[in-house]
Amino acid sequence: MLRLENVSAGYGSFQALFDVSLEVNGGESVAVIGPNGAGKTTLLRVISKLLPASAGTVSMEGWPLNDVPAHQVIARGIAQVPENRRLFPKLTVEENLKMGGFLAAARARYAERLEFVYSLFPRMKERRAQAAGTLSGGEQQMCAIGRALMSGPKLLLLDEPSAGLAPVVVQAIFGLIRRICAEGYTVLIVEQNIRQVLKVVDRAYLLETGRIKTSGAAATLLASDEIRKAYLGL
Amino acid sequence: MNKARWIGLALLAAAPLAGMGDYPLHLIILCLLWAFVYTGWAVMGRLGMVSLGHGAFLGVGAYVVVMGWNHFHISPWLGLPLALAATAALAFLIGYPCFRFKIVGHYFALVTLALSEVVRLIIIALRDYTGGSLGVTPKTALAKASWSLSAMQFSSKLVWFYVILMVWLAGLWIWTRVDRSMSRLALEAISQEEDAAASIGMSVTRLKLGVTMVSALMTCVGGVLYAQYQLYVNPESVSGIGISLQMVFGAIAGGMFVRLGPTVGAVFTLLLAEGLRLTIGHDIHGLDATIYGLMLVLFIIFMPKGILGAAIEAYEKRRRAPRVAPA
Repeated sequence: MLRLENVSAGYGSFQALFDVSLEVNGGESVAVIGPNGAGKTTLLRVISKLLPASAGTVSMEGWPLNDVPAHQVIARGIAQVPENRRLFPKLTVEENLKMGGFLAAARARYAERLEFVYSLFPRMKERRAQAAGTLSGGEQQMCAIGRALMSGPKLLLLDEPSAGLAPVVVQAIFGLIRRICAEGYTVLIVEQNIRQVLKVVDRAYLLETGRIKTSGAAATLLASDEIRKAYLGL
Repeated sequence: MNKARWIGLALLAAAPLAGMGDYPLHLIILCLLWAFVYTGWAVMGRLGMVSLGHGAFLGVGAYVVVMGWNHFHISPWLGLPLALAATAALAFLIGYPCFRFKIVGHYFALVTLALSEVVRLIIIALRDYTGGSLGVTPKTALAKASWSLSAMQFSSKLVWFYVILMVWLAGLWIWTRVDRSMSRLALEAISQEEDAAASIGMSVTRLKLGVTMVSALMTCVGGVLYAQYQLYVNPESVSGIGISLQMVFGAIAGGMFVRLGPTVGAVFTLLLAEGLRLTIGHDIHGLDATIYGLMLVLFIIFMPKGILGAAIEAYEKRRRAPRVAPA
């Protein structure tokens, strides 16, 4: 579904990604794991066109995204849950969700999708008239995921869903992500909470200093010595 | 509440028929005209796009129509679409690069500040045609008759009152339409989190440009009406920093987040200006601008929602607060 081929990118003269290739197939949940500063967020910014790739191609369902501006990426079926949620703090929860379905194509199915998001996150329904900025961290994450789902995406990008959340909330959020995967969404997660994320996804890529170091089935990686020693401290 | 609104409007519409003098009527007309212009400014100002350059659009409106009439004998009715087209082109010229390259906040304000000065300087530089800083009078069509429809000149203040009342109402209607549109929510979203807004499919540039167009065109119409009503314009009164800041002041003082806020601001500014004129006169040059500036600072610090915004908030708070039993 999503394919990156030899993608390089950076900020000014600083190169953050080198020759990254990866693939996400329909129905799959894939994680990109790695330590701080490995280039994970940069990778997502390239996919969502907030940052241009200096080399290589990104394609969605066979169509290259090279000339697609940032605001049209979502029309190709890619919705993003940005790091630190990036909700619209002064709008209410429901207005935030409404904005997620901003695309003309999504507006027709607004009521139906809102119902779906509320069934997934009943808490959001309780809080729908509240300003999003006043939600707790976990609730904000739910709202951000809900907002992304409102466009009816084919592929959901999650950037560090565990960032800034208490451990018990992180557990709950990963539980929700597992449910979203079970609903049949294709998901690409970028995450440094490696132990947790590998329990949720099917496959993973390990990104280190801008390069893909290794990849494989989540269970294999979780059991591999390399990951256990370097990242899980076992 | 709705009833009170209609009664208020009916009273306003009937007021001049009660036979008030020319001066009070003149003040009411100016209030409504500036209220319309300030409302136009607030359409974009409230969405985080603070323009210090709306004098440019006012000046283009006033001067395109008057120049067309004086030099090419183009009726102001034809001049109006020309002025609107010129304003749209100017708004695009300044807006597109700003929005495309994410020039926001203070930087956007500075760019627009330059714009209004440029228009004022151009008007002065073309003094052979525009009369320079002395200003210009549209050639009169009222020598033989008391009004001329084709020249958009009416000596009766009553006519102008009703024309401008309608325009003001149209301005409030546009404000409401923008307020209820998806674009308003989207633009608020953009002013809070621009990247996230783009990632859910909002074309930041196009949405901002759309609202800027509405705002600029409204201001342009205000400029046209001002010139035709006063039958005299000069560069200072319709372009440049002074008038641009007055718009910002009026909208913020009245309250730019509520529909009638800019109107309250217009009444307030006009009373302030007339009061200053009557008490101090024109002896101390620049005093009025100094007082505006000072008050603007005070408003932004102590009453950021403006007079009407703060009043509504206080009213709602009192209504919602549980009644405390007397001890």
